Amino acid sequence: MANMNPKKNPMPSQAPEVRAHNFKEVAYGYSEEMALDEAMRCLNCKNHPCVAGCPVNIHIPAFIEKIREGDFEGAYKIITKTSTLPAVCGRVCPQESQCESKCVRGLKGEPVGIGRLERFVADWHNAHSDEIPETAEPNGHKVAVVGSGPSGLTCAGDLAKKGYSVTVFEALHKAGGVLVYGIPEFRLPKTIVQKEIDTLKAMGVDIETNMIIGKTLTVDELFHMGYEAVFIGSGAGLPMFMGIPGESCKGVYSANEFLTRSNLMKAYKDDSATPIMKGGKVAVVGGGNVAMDAARTALRLGAEKVYIVYRRSLEELPARKEEVEHAMEEGIEFRLLCNPLEIHGYKNPEDPRDPKNGFVTGMRCIKMELGEPDERGRRRPVPVEGSEFDIDVDCVIISIGTSPNPLIKSTTAGLETNKRGGIIVTENGETTKANVFAGGDAVTGAATVISAMGAGKIAAKAIDESFNK
Amino acid sequence: MYRIVKKESLNSTVTLMKIEAPFVAAKAQPGQFIILRVDDEGERIPLTIAGYDREEGTVTIIFQIVGATTEALNHKNEGEYICDFAGPLGTATEIDGLKNVCIVGGGVGCAIAYPIAKKLHEMGCRVTSVIGFRTKDLVILEDEFKAVSDELFVMTDDGSYGTQGNVCAPLNDMFSQGKTFDKVITIGPLIMMKFVVGAVKPTGIPCVVSMNPIMIDGTGMCGGCRLTLNQDGKKVVKFACVDGPDFNGYEVDFDEAMSRGTMYRGFERQAHEATCNLFKKEAE
Repeated sequence: MANMNPKKNPMPSQAPEVRAHNFKEVAYGYSEEMALDEAMRCLNCKNHPCVAGCPVNIHIPAFIEKIREGDFEGAYKIITKTSTLPAVCGRVCPQESQCESKCVRGLKGEPVGIGRLERFVADWHNAHSDEIPETAEPNGHKVAVVGSGPSGLTCAGDLAKKGYSVTVFEALHKAGGVLVYGIPEFRLPKTIVQKEIDTLKAMGVDIETNMIIGKTLTVDELFHMGYEAVFIGSGAGLPMFMGIPGESCKGVYSANEFLTRSNLMKAYKDDSATPIMKGGKVAVVGGGNVAMDAARTALRLGAEKVYIVYRRSLEELPARKEEVEHAMEEGIEFRLLCNPLEIHGYKNPEDPRDPKNGFVTGMRCIKMELGEPDERGRRRPVPVEGSEFDIDVDCVIISIGTSPNPLIKSTTAGLETNKRGGIIVTENGETTKANVFAGGDAVTGAATVISAMGAGKIAAKAIDESFNK
Repeated sequence: MYRIVKKESLNSTVTLMKIEAPFVAAKAQPGQFIILRVDDEGERIPLTIAGYDREEGTVTIIFQIVGATTEALNHKNEGEYICDFAGPLGTATEIDGLKNVCIVGGGVGCAIAYPIAKKLHEMGCRVTSVIGFRTKDLVILEDEFKAVSDELFVMTDDGSYGTQGNVCAPLNDMFSQGKTFDKVITIGPLIMMKFVVGAVKPTGIPCVVSMNPIMIDGTGMCGGCRLTLNQDGKKVVKFACVDGPDFNGYEVDFDEAMSRGTMYRGFERQAHEATCNLFKKEAE
């Protein structure tokens, strides 16, 4: 008998006033009882629309069925048939706009907590089993994967399962891409990422760090070294800035820099060798998930006040609803319909050597209102004349997107990009260069972990097919 | 892990190390840089490549002991390993077709200027080198520069060696004698490069500077190394890691770069002291 409770089992979490001061994970995850109860809410409906909502087509009703049977390892096996990183996806996927948005239970009440169940299954597996996914006999083919973020790891995992010899080349000193440098510990503990990477290694995937493809080696050199196909999942690139006065003041960061210092370089730990600005008043400019991560990181680093400054209204905020709610609960103040005009820096007129010179003292903003819709249908924000005002801040974090990294494009003849710099690919992830495939943010510009994984998966399939023509 | 195959103290604050890094050595060009981490908890720091041996598979770095990380690096010995060494990053110094170049190096910047001077000399270019130091004890690479330069000026601020004065003095003399160059390439402290640019500007000779801002990833991701160029009256943001580290000196906003370079001065000082104390304790 199905559980007809219209509401999801709530996620047990740290209280906002507690978690705002630590870097431990916000949500604890379901207990076995909660998972069983939530699994009972799934109607196992005939059309299973949820599967179509998943970029990697996890067979959702089937894994939930296994949970109902109490066979958690069986559930894990169903998920890992199509997904490489379940513990990651269960945490960071925007399920509300993917699988859960299609759930029949969502018509009257809340959809089944698919993401929470996926996380439960992955965590249960990680705690109880060291079993690694089965891999086919080696088929003798060598594939190079550029970048160890979500698209690269997925592509590598899928190919390894099929018997390919895969080497992943990572530019940084640590594998994981955005999962380690971008997404904070409190949303995605790094031990979980490491566990997923260790699983890939156990499946035979070789990961080479400190290898900057485009610099240390070029794509063409990878072919000379015997790799027969190359997947480029090098991620988003250079942070964008607003082009307003004062953006070079001390205390102005890109979200990438701020998060990299804290996440990858562990600047949040007291004994870290990497410095970061802690405390004071912080304004984060932008409204995406990265902006929420930066704001909540700043808060946990000890900021007395953190603002999100966004030029549209709450409705248009591109961040996941859950992240916005978490941020609000933690006390982050949203300054909506508000756009920065200038960042003020300190200048001691008496003493050009004053060490405070050049540090941020505030930010001039202007109020906005929503005008006519733009080409994407979003109402365009327009400044309200004469509504300028100052906010008192010591640190500004710019989180308005990135533009693709030029390193691979500039050193790979025959690899074409669009006018925004994204690599041009077919629906199968093939680039304009023979045997070179691409996916993730390097193609689309900044997007989600799961869409990058979906692209890695499609490319792995296309690579496999190219060998079996 | 990357092995230190050679370590040599060039003076009390400057050390040379040869690191086994065959992939980096195979590609390195003068003007490019590497990113290293000394140990697993360490910070990432950029250092410009001071030399490379493709056959041996080694890359030479020359660094000044200024902070916690360079202090820790200096405590490593021959045969020991550092955790990470990635590169070569940035663009190589453009030297194709040059016939007559003036190289101006200051302090540890001379370590980066030297491979450029050497390469120019090997190309058959006439090389005039001006190298400047605070004082006699800090002079490095004098013999090396002598070997690759058609003319060499060694300057010290206090006159304890070579000629007293800063690197601009011989430049001004040469310009007033009507000497000219295809290009002036300068590498050293920001304030020195700013003054060199000022000295060269009236001649209109192209002047290239090598910037060394604070960096994290070095691969075009964090934007921490950004600097502002004034191009035809327009302000343009560039990233030293992928667009540089070489820039047209006439365009660089040096005052901003100098200010940004001091962002973590307090932290760095404390971290350096803490590291020194740690090594002292270990020694006791």
